Amino acid sequence: MNRRDFLKFALRGSAALALAKGLDEIFQPAALPASWQPVRWVFLVDTYKCIGCGFCVKACKLENEIPFEANVSRTWVERYVVTKEGKVFADTPQEARNGFITDRVDLGKDRYRDIPKEKIDKAFFVPKLCNQCEKPPCVQVCPVGATYQTPDGVVLVDRQWCIGCGYCIMACPYGMRFFHPVYHVAEKCNFCYHRINKGMKPACVSACPMEARKIGNLKEPEDPVTKIIRTQRVEIHKGEYGTKPQVYYLGLSEEVR
Amino acid sequence: MTVLEEAWTLKELFVYPNEYIYWSIQIVMYPFMTGLVAGAFVLSSLYHLFGIKQLKEMAHFSLVFSFALLVVAPMPLLFHLTRPERNFYVFMTPHFSSAIATFGIVIFIYGSIVASELWFLYRKHLVEGSLKLKSQLNKSLAEKIRYFLFTILTLGAYDVGKIALEKDHRAVKILAGIGVPVACFLHGYAGFIFGSVKANALWMTPLMPVIFIMSAIVSGVALCMLTYIITMEIRKLLASRKKSPLAHPTMEEIRGVEVFEMKITSKYLIFFMVFSISLELLDLVFRGYTAVKSWDILRNVIYGKDFINIFIFQYTLGNLVPFVLLLIPGLTIKRALFSLILVLFGVFMMRWNVVIGGQSFSLTFAGYMHYALPIIPRDLQTFKEGLGGALLIGAMPFILFWVLSKIFPVFNLKETH
Repeated sequence: MNRRDFLKFALRGSAALALAKGLDEIFQPAALPASWQPVRWVFLVDTYKCIGCGFCVKACKLENEIPFEANVSRTWVERYVVTKEGKVFADTPQEARNGFITDRVDLGKDRYRDIPKEKIDKAFFVPKLCNQCEKPPCVQVCPVGATYQTPDGVVLVDRQWCIGCGYCIMACPYGMRFFHPVYHVAEKCNFCYHRINKGMKPACVSACPMEARKIGNLKEPEDPVTKIIRTQRVEIHKGEYGTKPQVYYLGLSEEVR
Repeated sequence: MTVLEEAWTLKELFVYPNEYIYWSIQIVMYPFMTGLVAGAFVLSSLYHLFGIKQLKEMAHFSLVFSFALLVVAPMPLLFHLTRPERNFYVFMTPHFSSAIATFGIVIFIYGSIVASELWFLYRKHLVEGSLKLKSQLNKSLAEKIRYFLFTILTLGAYDVGKIALEKDHRAVKILAGIGVPVACFLHGYAGFIFGSVKANALWMTPLMPVIFIMSAIVSGVALCMLTYIITMEIRKLLASRKKSPLAHPTMEEIRGVEVFEMKITSKYLIFFMVFSISLELLDLVFRGYTAVKSWDILRNVIYGKDFINIFIFQYTLGNLVPFVLLLIPGLTIKRALFSLILVLFGVFMMRWNVVIGGQSFSLTFAGYMHYALPIIPRDLQTFKEGLGGALLIGAMPFILFWVLSKIFPVFNLKETH
């Protein structure tokens, strides 16, 4: 092979490769660069507004067919009580599906603690839901690919394909996942994917009387949620795990676990 | 409607609502069993690969035992799945970024290696057995089955000439050579499954695979020695019943071999124990010294809630006591037997303390979960994830070993010693 032939061969080869790559992107939309996607779902939780009524949990359980009395949930509300002595008490009685109906803090094992009001420095509620991480560890560890990330950023579970090994449950630093009590496969919050794709809001967002929960599209600069995330001081939960959560919080405190 | 895991999880203080002990006794059994597989194989390779002649009898024994254990090793995982009928999806759509996805492939490759090694090692025996039964007229049903099995297992390779056997010998050596790294990979990889979970503060350490390999070898060697002693005792009993002075082998012969093999093998056991304990202690010291965010709760678990499990059961009874007992000169069979049971118990407790211990504190770092092993099953689920399921898994390799030893005899005194 002389130099001319070699150059011809190399040129043709690169053209063929470029064509193949282009075809790949046309036929596989998932392979498109993320910046071309029109939607990236994000969530905003304003903890200052949450009153701990638990309507969000109730709505979620009914909407997503999680048996109401089962002690697992796609979303829940936590209560934090910080005393003047600097002690932190936290609980989420029955995921707060019935709201916080008593002042007593649930310590587990059927024990409760009464904290006199004058001894409290601050107390607040924090709603929790799946963070739909940019780098989801649950997706990474699924041995059969039954859980996956959609192009618009939501992590879904295929109930027909999950084998129930529980590795994803172990891998989530937020404790979001559980086994569905009826289907016996991994289950988690998906921002009510069936609703948001029809232009509706997630059940918890619709049910919240205080507008503490909001959903938005991060790719849309005029989206009210996107504006808040961009212009205000927001926080994410457990950033140290490198999962890049996409649920943003207003008023997240150091005590929040 | 209750959640299944509520049957064995007790929560204390602040725990997220979905947190339970999802990985229970079967996941303790899983690394314990794969560890035994790997350890048994490494022991057999000491002879085949490194030519440690004194271990010849032990080598055949542990190879067959390793194969029996290997078949059982995936069972705990299967028992644990909430949808066990979908197990083969792992082969259909393996998701290779998952540490569990390759398990099927790794164990399959490893199984093929052990099976081929067994075949080469026992080919002569199979051919001889097949030919002998072929020439025999009026076969009983058992003999017919035996003949059928042997003939199939020869795979039509009847050449047992000197050159062919030499080739067999070389194949065994090569397979043992490939097998050792694969065995270590098989188990190191079980360690990786845990060590790579970044959400779990106790599990996440790059040392985990190495710790698993070392303790695997310890447990495998100990189990082989233990089973070896037990079978030798049974043979002694049978020999003493025969009474005939011409019976071969005699009781004294068996005892001689037994003590000899024990002394040699226990030296290797001690060697691997030192490695294993050093790594575990290094991990503990390092966590305490660096004391990152999770250390507060880990310290409460390690030095508080799980103190007895870790320091009394695992380190003292499972490591220190047998270590001293094996080191005292003049090792007797009884003392060896006692030490080996303790060593196996210690490795089991190590698996327990990793798997259950890793889930005994909440992701909130502000609460605990207590595991209560279901002893009396309420239904199939609590049986599978309870004492019954664990004992079933534990008994399986012995039953299989007994069946396998009918085809691949593990004792061949005349030739070997």
